[in-house]
Amino acid sequence: MTKKRNNIILFCFLILLAALFLFPIFIVVINSFKTKFSIMGSPFTMPDSNTFAGLDNYITGIQSSGILGAFLRSLFITVLSVLVIALFCSMTAWYLVRVKNFLTGAIYKTFLFSMIVPFQMVMYTMTYVVTKIKFNNPVGIIFVYLGFGAGLSVFMLSGFVKSIPKELEEAAQIDGCNPVQIFFLVVMPILKPTAITVTILNAMWIWNDYLLPYLILGTGNKTLPVAIQIAMQGAYGAVNWGGFMAMLVLAILPIIIFYLFSQKYIIEGVIAGAVKG
Amino acid sequence: MGIYLSFNKFTTVENAQWIGFKNYWLAFSNTDFLRALGFTALFTLVSVITVNIFAFLLALALTSAVRGKNVFRTIFFMPNLIGGIVLGYIWNLIINGVLNQFGVDISYDAKYGFWGLIVLTNWQLIGYMMVIYIAGLQNIPRDLHEAAQIDGATRFQALRHVTIPMLMPSITICTFLTLTNSFKLFDQNLALTAGAPARKTSMLALDIYNTFYGRAGWQGVGQAKAVIFFLIVALIAFAQLKFTSSKEVES
Repeated sequence: MTKKRNNIILFCFLILLAALFLFPIFIVVINSFKTKFSIMGSPFTMPDSNTFAGLDNYITGIQSSGILGAFLRSLFITVLSVLVIALFCSMTAWYLVRVKNFLTGAIYKTFLFSMIVPFQMVMYTMTYVVTKIKFNNPVGIIFVYLGFGAGLSVFMLSGFVKSIPKELEEAAQIDGCNPVQIFFLVVMPILKPTAITVTILNAMWIWNDYLLPYLILGTGNKTLPVAIQIAMQGAYGAVNWGGFMAMLVLAILPIIIFYLFSQKYIIEGVIAGAVKG
Repeated sequence: MGIYLSFNKFTTVENAQWIGFKNYWLAFSNTDFLRALGFTALFTLVSVITVNIFAFLLALALTSAVRGKNVFRTIFFMPNLIGGIVLGYIWNLIINGVLNQFGVDISYDAKYGFWGLIVLTNWQLIGYMMVIYIAGLQNIPRDLHEAAQIDGATRFQALRHVTIPMLMPSITICTFLTLTNSFKLFDQNLALTAGAPARKTSMLALDIYNTFYGRAGWQGVGQAKAVIFFLIVALIAFAQLKFTSSKEVES
């Protein structure tokens, strides 16, 4: 009896907590429907007939900040980066595990080492080099992301490659497969679950990354986080809070929709990533 | 290259000039840097403790026989997917909204910025850590709890002597994840306070960035600060490696 009552208390408590977790998002959504002068100062009031702005904020927000372009650019960079990382890191991991010599050992150690180097350490020189070799465009940045994402991805994937029985590959070899065929027909299908985990972890990070695209692409080719930061800093004192709130909603919405559809993979990815990392 | 440049004075990479340890000396005599170091350390300490305690309690609640576990898990994890910049501005709005009742805003006192960052980090990281704790809790075999119950252990004793020791791997992982995440925090810091007032709330990553791009001729110092930052992060990583491998030997 007490156990049941305890569960009800716990349930109510969790409802309260969940409301608290959703509250900030809720606040942004209601403010995106208020006129711009009624946001700062009183963000907690519901829009009434005086302060209700309808979809005006969304219209100005979309028009003024180039947010649609930024959204598409973010999408382009994120999708291509994670695909490139998953493909090349799988190949690298397979090669590094199967071919054992001094050089591959050293390369593997280098990948491990790159995981602990913080971004600030290479920020300045990296920006310089990337600009010098003209990789400072939305296509070039994909290769920069390949570099930054490779450490963790190779580490996780090679951990998994080790568990693939070598006999499978030997059997394929006897059947007349060349190494390229072995990789795509035998290894890749087995690696798929880990490759998906790696893809999700990288996507979460690249989509939200601010500093790297800001330094490399600058304000001309802005991604979504950069666009938001610029909208805020660009006009000091005269920030259009209404349009800004609408931008925040537009930035959050796609992620939440994506999350609700693929949360099983995302949460599994987080757990798998944590156990290995 | 980064380490080499930390011993040079330069504005672009090409005109580097060897000046020995001067950059390090400048970095350590720079009050901004020392303050950022202290601020980051304190922030990391508080957020590691709060995030892990809340995440652990939530995980315990969500592995008990309560209804709607999956819905709650979905909600608690959600903030984690929102990027640092967006998160920072959401909380900027809310915290300023609250402080506005008292006629001040977040840049009024460094204390507000500090607790603002703590709340923000908790909001973001609790869900992530909770998911890892739940996975850990589900891996504990049921018979252990039954055995404890038969031996007459109270719920608290079972928690203290069965659950927590069995959960040590998850606790280690989560502690180090929050540790490195809080230590390297940048986006949230930039969007929430940008160091205001007077750089009192800028953390290490933001201070390094400001030294690089905000002060001409100080790029070398920025690089020296970055090397120090790297050494601290590397130290944390090695501590983690040592800690996890020693735990594996025991079990």
